[in-house]
Amino acid sequence: MTQDELLKELYDATLVGNQPRVIELTNEGLTTGVTPETLLFDALIPSLEEVGARFERGDFFVPEMLIAGKAMSKALEILRPLLAETGVETIGKFLIGTVKGDVHDIGKNLVDIMLEGAGFEVIDLGVQVPPEKFVEAIKEHEPDVVGFSAFLTTTMPMFKVNINALEKAGLREKVIVMVGGAPVTQEYADSIGADGYAADASGAVKRAKELIQQRALARR
Amino acid sequence: MQTVVSSATKQVIIGDDQPFCIIGERINPTGRKAFQLKLRENDLSTVEIDVQQQIAGGAMVLDVNMGAPLADEVGLMTKAVNLIQAMTDLPLCIDSSVIDALEAGLKAYQGKALVNSVTAEDERLDIILPLVKRYGAAVIALPNDETEIPEDPKRRLELAKKILHVATEKYHIPAEDILIDPLAMPIGADTSLVVRTLETIHLVHDELGLNMSLGASNVSFGMPDRHTIGAAFLTMAMSAGLTSAIMDARSVQLNRAIKAADLLLNRDPWGAEWIAGHRALQAVEGSAS
Repeated sequence: MTQDELLKELYDATLVGNQPRVIELTNEGLTTGVTPETLLFDALIPSLEEVGARFERGDFFVPEMLIAGKAMSKALEILRPLLAETGVETIGKFLIGTVKGDVHDIGKNLVDIMLEGAGFEVIDLGVQVPPEKFVEAIKEHEPDVVGFSAFLTTTMPMFKVNINALEKAGLREKVIVMVGGAPVTQEYADSIGADGYAADASGAVKRAKELIQQRALARR
Repeated sequence: MQTVVSSATKQVIIGDDQPFCIIGERINPTGRKAFQLKLRENDLSTVEIDVQQQIAGGAMVLDVNMGAPLADEVGLMTKAVNLIQAMTDLPLCIDSSVIDALEAGLKAYQGKALVNSVTAEDERLDIILPLVKRYGAAVIALPNDETEIPEDPKRRLELAKKILHVATEKYHIPAEDILIDPLAMPIGADTSLVVRTLETIHLVHDELGLNMSLGASNVSFGMPDRHTIGAAFLTMAMSAGLTSAIMDARSVQLNRAIKAADLLLNRDPWGAEWIAGHRALQAVEGSAS
């Protein structure tokens, strides 16, 4: 198999979420001298982007998105230490949690899987996360993005409480704030001063990448 | 066990010897941008259309939720309840996680409402159950607490028992006015989730004998051909003991699946409802062609 053939096969295997084949091809690529960057940027990431695009068009459904994301995560487990060695930066670090007063996590967990699949390092604080715990975790992990999830109209106001807590701790400018959950809208996200919102897991990945890129450009 | 809900002039009975109770879910702006914008401007024209469509589809109770972000949910709930009462005699299910909106809806409503919902969280129990008692309503109870939405059906049953205990012992609400929500989850996220819902329905039916209701549309979220999944799920759930569901009443496929299950479960003597439904559909098709 040539390098191009291998990359094409890895792309296809990721697209359909064939986890054993993705692991096999990733290892095979590495032993035959394909660089971790090439595997990541020329096969895995484009494949997951195609998954996202198909989902947005309505051609792919939630389980297909999940299984592809999980296959990709497996490849990343193999690649991440190697990428770290060569100094290749990951796409970003994403801290996420369901806000205080709210125990819903199915949507948040979908976002986790898609973020990991897209190459993010994800730190999930779980459900019922109070503002002070977000503040602590941001200090500890220094994420690029923090994501607040809420499923109820009554817990959505915690977004603003969390943002206020970040401001008070002097962290607001250091981290991109994204919000999401069933009742949340773009207008609501804007009104509380969040940086980003997405309606679904695939959209969240896209938006997080855009925001990180924008911030990197602004800092140049 | 029979749960009675009513408007000023009409009674609906929920129970396992009754036809399955279809609660129309559509009067709810969640995920509907145009509807949300209208509500922010106090425009209830979408509500009118939704009410008509849910009734035409066979809803027996109407769920009313006015939870649009950045809108005055409390004021809108009062307006919506008044508007809907003027349009129909179907009983209403007042749906909000905002206490003041629940109270506003109950205050405006004439009859015995269903309240959607209370959880097993101590704080919610002690705020919502007194309202349910004061307004003589029935309530849908979700078996999740401060720490989790349990996956284990046995844990869900425990929390259902806790709610039942607090409601009956502390607030003297009759057991028949508690409907347990066995927690319907999206099958697309994890294919083991719905089996747990069905097990919960069995447990609640066998051990508590209470009526139940759930949000049926959750199950097919993110999947293609949603109504086929919904129809299969609802008939399985009915067979396990589910007695009502909050669902999109506009779907003929869901409606017919439920009516067929009513027939098969001996809740439609002589198949009269089934045959009448068939004739009604034929008449619609006839006038369309």
